Amino acid sequence: MNGSEFNWSEFFAMGGYAFFVWTSYGIAFLVIVLNIVMPMIGRKKVISRVKRAIRREQLQQ
Amino acid sequence: MWNWIQKFSSPKYFYDMSAKLIPWFAIPALVIGVYGLYLGLFVAPTDYQQGESYRIIFIHVPAAWMSLFIYMVMAISAGIGLIWQIRLADVIAAASAPIGASFTFLALVTGSLWGKPMWGTYWVWDARLTSELILLFLYFGYMALQSSIEDQRQADKASGLLAIVGVVNIPIIHYSVEWWNTLHQGATVAKFDKPSMHVDMLIPLLLMALAFQLFYAAVVLVRARNEALYRERNRRWVRELIEKI
Amino acid sequence: MLKAFYYLLLRDMRLALRSRHELANPLIFFVLVVTLFPLAVMPTPERLQEMAPGVIWVASLLSVLLSLDRLFKQDYEDGSLDQLMLSPNPLVILVLAKVAAHWLLTGLPLVIIAPLLGVFMALQAESLQVLIWSLLLGTPVLSLIGAIGVSLTVAVNRGGVLLSLIVLPLYIPVLIFGANAIDVASDGMSVRGQLYFLGAVLVLALSLAPLATAIALRITASR
Repeated sequence: MNGSEFNWSEFFAMGGYAFFVWTSYGIAFLVIVLNIVMPMIGRKKVISRVKRAIRREQLQQ
Repeated sequence: MWNWIQKFSSPKYFYDMSAKLIPWFAIPALVIGVYGLYLGLFVAPTDYQQGESYRIIFIHVPAAWMSLFIYMVMAISAGIGLIWQIRLADVIAAASAPIGASFTFLALVTGSLWGKPMWGTYWVWDARLTSELILLFLYFGYMALQSSIEDQRQADKASGLLAIVGVVNIPIIHYSVEWWNTLHQGATVAKFDKPSMHVDMLIPLLLMALAFQLFYAAVVLVRARNEALYRERNRRWVRELIEKI
Repeated sequence: MLKAFYYLLLRDMRLALRSRHELANPLIFFVLVVTLFPLAVMPTPERLQEMAPGVIWVASLLSVLLSLDRLFKQDYEDGSLDQLMLSPNPLVILVLAKVAAHWLLTGLPLVIIAPLLGVFMALQAESLQVLIWSLLLGTPVLSLIGAIGVSLTVAVNRGGVLLSLIVLPLYIPVLIFGANAIDVASDGMSVRGQLYFLGAVLVLALSLAPLATAIALRITASR
């Protein structure tokens, strides 16, 4: 990079295409986050479900 | 050898092993992804024809590649599960489908957003976008069939067969759509012309593709562990494991 | 083996012809759907001609889709499917017989009535010819691929919509080339490429679809 300050406002403007570029990256970010979060939630669901089943069986005994 | 495969592919063994594997995919995915993004957004030069909007390809193209790659993995795993009755293969296939569908969706959305500045409309019936849309339907069909059959083994086998039928059809569909698209070109520029690939553009593209691959590997392992736990929920090893949590 | 094929083919046809009114339904549906389009737009000959290939082909897809149920559902419910699967004859041959019967009962009537619909949609003579050819080559493929979908969903309650979701994407190549053949025929251009493609897909479907269907039946319908 050259010596002058990096032009942030130019960067965010993306040559006028800001909406398209940043929405794309934003949705990509969302997709990635969801792909991380959903399995984590899924894991909790499986665990609580099995725990409930264990408890039910213990009660029946 | 067969015994080794059977042991290795038992859900319990997989569950224990995969916990250690996940960071080996997740962390490189993050590092390479961040570096790729940095190169793509800050270092890669502005395109002569498309200006800054071309930067969407750093998401769009890897996402499209992943959507196809994951479908392949899904079909191959399902095939392995169908032929050799290896349960882990069915688990991988089932775990992969939502991830593949989300990448397909991402490819479609970014393709549409890239198309608007290029073509003036949010949707064009271009060959690749149309193929991606059909691929999304194939994913949905797979997931719908999986969830509509109650018996787990039957569901795996049936949707596995569907995935294989889909894989055979994908080249045919792709060829048909390509052909169909060339008929309707008209005066406008042909396809999503990739900008003449400057090496400074190619490197972030490939890095993002690699990052997505590693990300998929990590996520599919996490999902597969959940699947394994759920499917084996009545087994003792699962019960013992969960009681400790 | 050949005897079993013919026997099953004739049996299916005889059974179907007993409830003739049921057979007519997909056909009536076909005509009805195509009729809707001129009603929905300004029925100028140019506009109708433009829409005709797509409209007629999509209507065919939907009509075949609706009729697919008859392929295995009844047999699944009354136990004859179990008998078929226990038969010493290869299931692939039996599946082929049932699909052949299905096409003769639903696809072929579509082909026969299509010229009438072509006239409704202002298609000219050359296009009508190609219309018949494209449907003749395409409808068997629709039955063959449809059979795969039906066999996968035969045990699913109310699997009709699921069936559509699975089968329609697979129909798309046939749709593209079938409709396009009629389209270029009205411009007087050669349709050999399109018809060759349809023929190739037909051959591919004939060799692979019954196999996939048989496997699917063993997966979903074994009891």
